Amino acid sequence: MGKLEGKVAFITGAARGQGRSHAIRLAQEGANIIAVDICRQIETVPYPMSTPDDLAETAKEVEALDRRIVAQQADVRDEAGLRAAFDAGVAELGPVDIVLANAGIAPMSLHETHDAWQDVIDVNLTGVLNTVETAIPSMIERGQGGAIVLTSSTAGINGIGGPTRGGLGYTAAKHGVVGLMRSYANNLAPHSIRVNTVHPTGVNTPMVVNDAMQEFLAQDPTMSNALANALPVPMVEPVDISNAIVWLVSDDARYVTGVTLPVDAGFTNKK
Amino acid sequence: MAGRVEGKVAFITGAARGQGRSHAVRLAQEGADIIAVDICADIRGLPYAGATEQDLAETVKEVEALDRRIVAVQADVRDYGALAAALADGVGQLGRLDIVSANAGIGSSPHEAQELADQTWQDMVDINLTGVWHTAKAAIPHLIEGGRGGSIVLTSSAAGLMAYPNIAHYVSAKHGVVGLMKTLALELAPHFIRVNSIHPTQVDTPMIQNEATWRLFRPDLEHPSRADFEPASQAMNVLPIPWVEPLDISNAVLFLASDEARFITGVPLPVDAGCLIK
Repeated sequence: MGKLEGKVAFITGAARGQGRSHAIRLAQEGANIIAVDICRQIETVPYPMSTPDDLAETAKEVEALDRRIVAQQADVRDEAGLRAAFDAGVAELGPVDIVLANAGIAPMSLHETHDAWQDVIDVNLTGVLNTVETAIPSMIERGQGGAIVLTSSTAGINGIGGPTRGGLGYTAAKHGVVGLMRSYANNLAPHSIRVNTVHPTGVNTPMVVNDAMQEFLAQDPTMSNALANALPVPMVEPVDISNAIVWLVSDDARYVTGVTLPVDAGFTNKK
Repeated sequence: MAGRVEGKVAFITGAARGQGRSHAVRLAQEGADIIAVDICADIRGLPYAGATEQDLAETVKEVEALDRRIVAVQADVRDYGALAAALADGVGQLGRLDIVSANAGIGSSPHEAQELADQTWQDMVDINLTGVWHTAKAAIPHLIEGGRGGSIVLTSSAAGLMAYPNIAHYVSAKHGVVGLMKTLALELAPHFIRVNSIHPTQVDTPMIQNEATWRLFRPDLEHPSRADFEPASQAMNVLPIPWVEPLDISNAVLFLASDEARFITGVPLPVDAGCLIK
């Protein structure tokens, strides 16, 4: 019997990378999935973003586990679109117990445009707010508690990310997510809804492993130092973040709330 | 299905009862063999009785009922020689060491800092801080020699990350544990030995369920009871619960000890019903 048998999880940015891994890992533990992803490019993002085919692959992998998934294209910046996708998922799978605000972009580039700041704030911070606001009324009304995990970053607790508008925006947004988490954790505790953040170091996904990011890191030696972990590993895998999230949303962590949980190979402690 | 720590060996201090016994049982349920130590004696000046040899025997019985092996030895974490000998004996019998839970600890009577007796301060620091260092110091050579990495979990407290009046000795020792954790995490990372600390809110064990603790929370009552303590304890937390169970801490220890947390190190992990953000 899985740790999350019979639960329903709402996951943003689920087409690939960490989001897909979370969908699969939660499904392995028995959860059904409402998956959303933008599945198209944002102009300031210097690497290829997800596609409808990626989201279809997530759906296929969840269904291969004999779990149900409602996968839809939605942009976390678009409250109405996100709510429509959420409502359609709930109509099919039932009320949501778990929310993973995972969608995020990293518009760091040597050739960035002025809009990179606004885009990363819109997606990585306002998008998290929109995700939680979409889900909580039904969770509160149902009265069964729940668990929310917001994906921050080592850049949510450290001043890294570099001097560009995109990098500053990334760091500011990921710090902002911690403020959201602590506020939501306080506000939602009376409803036994727990809220925590995870703070990954570099993860082996298309957001990090791409030519634009490697070029960006190479131009400034302090940036590659800023990504040096204490444990002798260059990166962690998506499943490592998923495993931390499975623990946080399961009854094994039933009294854990308001916590910033680094999954960072010792990066934060080392810097 | 294989357990989450199948085939591993865990060293647990303060294992006769309370959180320590719960850790031993939970890790054994997931496939670990156990090296358990406990002082099994009253400690001077404490407002509650210490664990007993019968308590430690009960831990042994519960682990063996799970078809796991356990080496249980009476030892005081203040006595480095005895602690290291107990561990060496356990590693000799069980063949390896992978997981360390530095759990042994005390809570003592509350006083404002300037009123604390020297001995009260010293006993607290000796057990709750130096005892943790002794535990790590004894274990590290075995972990390094094993060459398979490892996971050390130090039991701190919510009071290791924030202050509470009237327990300066406890707050200081538990903050010290965080400094030790962070340093060990740096030193041991090249060996893939991970070091983290756990920060419980109140846990329903004999260390807090005694009249001295109840009175700390209910100074308005001459003889407060567990029931009087309950709402005052709940007021610390944001989740609507008065305290957590030993099992909740064990589930966090198990997570940190398992490969699910293979890249988590240097982290203070609250299991605190949100008391740190209140």
